[in-house]
Amino acid sequence: MAELADGIRRTAPRRISWRLVAIWSLAAILTCAFLFTGLRGNISFVLNLRLTQLVGMVQVGVAVAVSTVVFQTITNNRILSPSIMGLDALYLFCQTALVFALGGFGYAALDPAWKFGGEAVLMMAASAALFVPMLRRSSEMLMMILTGVVLGLLFRSLSSLLSRLIDPNDFAVLQGASFANFQPLDPALLAVGATVTVLGTLAAWRTRHTLDVVALGREAAVGLGLDWNRTVTAHLLLVACLVASATALVGPLAFLGLLVVAVAERICGTRRHAVLFPAACGVGVVMLVGAQLIGRAGFGGAVVISVIVEFVGGLVFLALLFARRRQ
Amino acid sequence: MIEIEDVSFARQGTPVLQDISLSIPAGGVTALVGPNGAGKSTLLSLMARLLPLETGRISIAGKSVAHTRSDALARTVAILRQDTLVSSRLRVGELVGFGRFPHSRGRLTDEDRHLIDDALREFDLTGMADRFVETLSGGQRQRAMVAMAYCQGCDCMLLDEPLNNLDMFYARELMRILRDLADRQGKTIVIVLHDINHAATYADRIVALRDGRLVSFDRTDQVLVPERLEQIFGYRMEIATVDGQPVVLHHR
Repeated sequence: MAELADGIRRTAPRRISWRLVAIWSLAAILTCAFLFTGLRGNISFVLNLRLTQLVGMVQVGVAVAVSTVVFQTITNNRILSPSIMGLDALYLFCQTALVFALGGFGYAALDPAWKFGGEAVLMMAASAALFVPMLRRSSEMLMMILTGVVLGLLFRSLSSLLSRLIDPNDFAVLQGASFANFQPLDPALLAVGATVTVLGTLAAWRTRHTLDVVALGREAAVGLGLDWNRTVTAHLLLVACLVASATALVGPLAFLGLLVVAVAERICGTRRHAVLFPAACGVGVVMLVGAQLIGRAGFGGAVVISVIVEFVGGLVFLALLFARRRQ
Repeated sequence: MIEIEDVSFARQGTPVLQDISLSIPAGGVTALVGPNGAGKSTLLSLMARLLPLETGRISIAGKSVAHTRSDALARTVAILRQDTLVSSRLRVGELVGFGRFPHSRGRLTDEDRHLIDDALREFDLTGMADRFVETLSGGQRQRAMVAMAYCQGCDCMLLDEPLNNLDMFYARELMRILRDLADRQGKTIVIVLHDINHAATYADRIVALRDGRLVSFDRTDQVLVPERLEQIFGYRMEIATVDGQPVVLHHR
């Protein structure tokens, strides 16, 4: 009997690992297609350029996927992503304030490494200042999320106020900085961002079993021996770190995280983090590289990647909703 | 086994518990009873470290609840609350397996797998090991939750109103399982109960609270007399005897 039960329990993981292999194979195929199709002119130059872009996309895909998975688990919901913490809005506000203060030319002349570092630190400090004291006082997640929404609104209104005050040329510069963009990636920035992402992802992966327990809810998790406040605080900081590195590198990608995790969970049919992490990362890479490919093939590179991601993403999301209703 | 000394607790200045001191011996089933708002769940939450201890001391098997690391306590005491399960797409076998987390931190050993299979068999869940928890009925789900707490392998189990939302069949079944665990394996079980008759049938001892104070702590048959029940619940109720078992006619 025990063997039988054991046998049943082992078939399901095998199917899941096949699905993981499928996701990552697709990611590999798309990656190759992205690198090697339509090569013209100075091949080594073009390859070099594409490779930089690819590293950026993989890094952002992974950072967004991991941060959203962790965020959803610790806040115990499936429909929020870290952008709800107002982090994206804060980033936009920083951009606007900088353009406002320095003018379009001054902004463009800023040393990107300093800008990146400053923004990352600012965003981490902001989320630490906002959310850690709240966690100390109580574990009221709803309150925290509400605060995030309100702050997001505040930052967004401040940005739109400032952008009304600047002159049209500066506004064009701002527009370029306000949408996710993979074109002008600085290799030095990439190195910093990739290091942060790799370290953050490793940290999240090490706590995958703990996160499974966190997903059971506070009381069950404490009963199983977790130090709840410490665990949640540490993971929130990790999320802030990953979001900051992704956002500072390419700009806000509000919809991507939500979508990537929903699709990954749908494909694998489990919330176990040992499966969900690799699945979500794979889906993230597939989506970003796929969107870039579509943009290059269909629109001659004229369309910004975020537009495609949000468009395709919205469609997939609707399909998921309908499919669930039919079940 | 469980020592509670001078425990008081207040919520926003309103006292919920006042000067509770009692010592629950190892082994057997202890029922926590009392009217709504008596502080039963609060006391259990304090024992289970779900609420921070403000004044007084609680220790379980010699481990101070306030000063022992949470993961060390998780190997001594298992708790079961009326949690709605948030994690969807969880199989019964996986859920029960979480009981091994305090021991193996999620990396299941062969011994863990063996213990999980044991727990599944003990609670008659073997055939359901592969089903998703959300497809179970309320009674089966509660049984799976108890199986998880059992799988934790602790000498002491704290349960907060586990009979809520269970029909008579499953309520009786759960109480029999708990009684059986106490008899066969010498577990110390503390359980918050609403229905005094479940306590009358299955508990060895009754802890009665009213308005945050300890009203009585005694053997079950000592508590089940009309005067003491009136002291606890505030109205007179008759006690009949059926087959030598006391039955409280609290609904008349």
